[in-house]
Amino acid sequence: MSAANQTGSLKRLGRLLADNPIIPLIILLVVLVGILEFMRPGILNERWIGNTIKFAIPLAMLAACQTMTMLTGGIDLSAAVAATISAFVMATQVPVVGVPLAILIGLIPAVLIGLVNGFGIAVCRVHPLIMTLGTGLIGTGCLQVYQRFVIATGSVVPDSLAWLGTGRTWGLPNALLLFVPFAALLIWSQRRTGFGRLLYALGSNETASKISGVRAWQVYLALYALSGLIAGVTGLLYVGLIKAPSLSLVNPLLLPSVAAAVIGGTSIFGGRGGYSGTVVGALILTVLGTLLTLLQMPEGARRILFGLIILTVTTIYIRLTNQR
Amino acid sequence: MSRFISKNGWTLGLLGLFLLLLAATRVIQPDFGASGLESLTRATLPFAFATAAMAVVVIAGGIDLSVASMMAVAGVTAAVLMEGTSGGASVAVVVFVLVLGLVMGAINGALIVVTRVPDIVVTLAMLFVWEGVALLILNAPGGAASPWLRGLIVGSLGVYWLPKSFVLLVVCLAIIWVPLRRSKLGLSIYAIGSDELAAYRSGIAIGRTRIAAYAICGLFAAMGGLALTMSTGNGEPIPGPYLMASVAAVVLGGVVLGGGRGALLGPIIAVFILRLVRMDLTLLSIDPNVTTIVEGSIMVVVVMLGAVLASRGRRA
Repeated sequence: MSAANQTGSLKRLGRLLADNPIIPLIILLVVLVGILEFMRPGILNERWIGNTIKFAIPLAMLAACQTMTMLTGGIDLSAAVAATISAFVMATQVPVVGVPLAILIGLIPAVLIGLVNGFGIAVCRVHPLIMTLGTGLIGTGCLQVYQRFVIATGSVVPDSLAWLGTGRTWGLPNALLLFVPFAALLIWSQRRTGFGRLLYALGSNETASKISGVRAWQVYLALYALSGLIAGVTGLLYVGLIKAPSLSLVNPLLLPSVAAAVIGGTSIFGGRGGYSGTVVGALILTVLGTLLTLLQMPEGARRILFGLIILTVTTIYIRLTNQR
Repeated sequence: MSRFISKNGWTLGLLGLFLLLLAATRVIQPDFGASGLESLTRATLPFAFATAAMAVVVIAGGIDLSVASMMAVAGVTAAVLMEGTSGGASVAVVVFVLVLGLVMGAINGALIVVTRVPDIVVTLAMLFVWEGVALLILNAPGGAASPWLRGLIVGSLGVYWLPKSFVLLVVCLAIIWVPLRRSKLGLSIYAIGSDELAAYRSGIAIGRTRIAAYAICGLFAAMGGLALTMSTGNGEPIPGPYLMASVAAVVLGGVVLGGGRGALLGPIIAVFILRLVRMDLTLLSIDPNVTTIVEGSIMVVVVMLGAVLASRGRRA
């Protein structure tokens, strides 16, 4: 009797967590911060919070690409490369054409990568993982060739981007000026607009949505182009934070961006999740990163940990959704 | 004879394409001969093993994104253990690394079977895990390979035009693939790739077969890692571009993504074609970075065409 009760309440709890992943996530975040405060008493101050948010924002933005593509059952492994290309092209074009035009030029290759991804995935039906991996490789090659042509011009990170990336006003990072409207727009469009709902529909059941008249290829093309654009903007913001454009600038963020979306409750199989969870996921990963640095965890162990997190969380979600 | 041709049409076509490319190479570089062939097969060796590894799991209806990372783990393990060891001990190291490959593959397979998470997600996660393991073993390129191992793949055998590395490749693949193809396990691998439900109803242990397929994949990946360490003489913890190359070669080689069809010969010829294209571009003195772009584009286009053909086949 009590066992049946227990499984009943367990089931209910599982359902609650599956429907509102943000509740356990926030608890986890608080616990992590608590551990950090316990390890280094006094670390929790305004400056530390500002710094954490500052580093979590580019991660959360890159994870937006993963969240949106994952809603349809895809993934965007070229996002980090697209962001790097944007940042590098922009920084090297600033001395030539000036800041506003350079930003525009920088965003073009990112959108182009997104369009190629969209074409391969929507029209040729290549698996998104393989397609975006391939375009990422090509993008890296193109960037290396491009670098040879601009080696003489040098690179400049515009003051406006540096202000956005590193500056702070009343203790809060300026990047929030970009991020808060961005996140609000994304969450609103996922929940309320037709495009957002199409993503969920395609992810839950592609055949059903096609039969109901959704032109899947148009949605995929738009989705991956948008993902490229977001990646490009992330790159611009990130170079403002790091202030040194390089050929692998954003690449270390790729793995955490996938992990952030997965931790945030977005199902890698599509149809489930949302951006609010991803934002908390990005914060968790940033705090976890600080924790691992304090523990002097080597890079290899970090990657193992991230891989295991993705695997464990996906397994748990599969169990939870199968239970119903 | 005609039945043989129609059954192996794709592979024969690939072979024809390869010979055509060889002739083209001869035109580009008139003194391309035995030594050119030797360096081609030596450079292809790790790619060929990666392709074989990928082919086995794709035939079984899965995919393994962690091939390149497993190769890195095997490569650095071999390089670290071999540093300063004598001949006898290094044989033990080779055996150990091959067993390690089997174990890594079996872990991948077991995780897929136990967690019931799709293979593409599990192996993506394991890609990061194995990458991390390789970094933990060796933080920067280092270690060493025993000289006799290097002797195995450098130079030619007897008749001067037959590269040793090619012989090694054929022997290693044949020792595993030929008995496997004729065994019950090999048949089961094809069966679960072709139709899992039908295979299940015919009494095949799906889970065990899948784990075995991934274990063999891991074994081939370990061979690839060893080949890499042999040819460079040290261990490299950051995995090379073997994942994309192996997927492209498998698709070009006539193994359908989705499983159940194809063999090892086609993908191996395909991987030689892809490497020869790269070599030709280099011989034409094209910037190596441009070569990377061209190569990547070829791979993506091949995968795209393969996907189009696969979806056509499904509809028909």
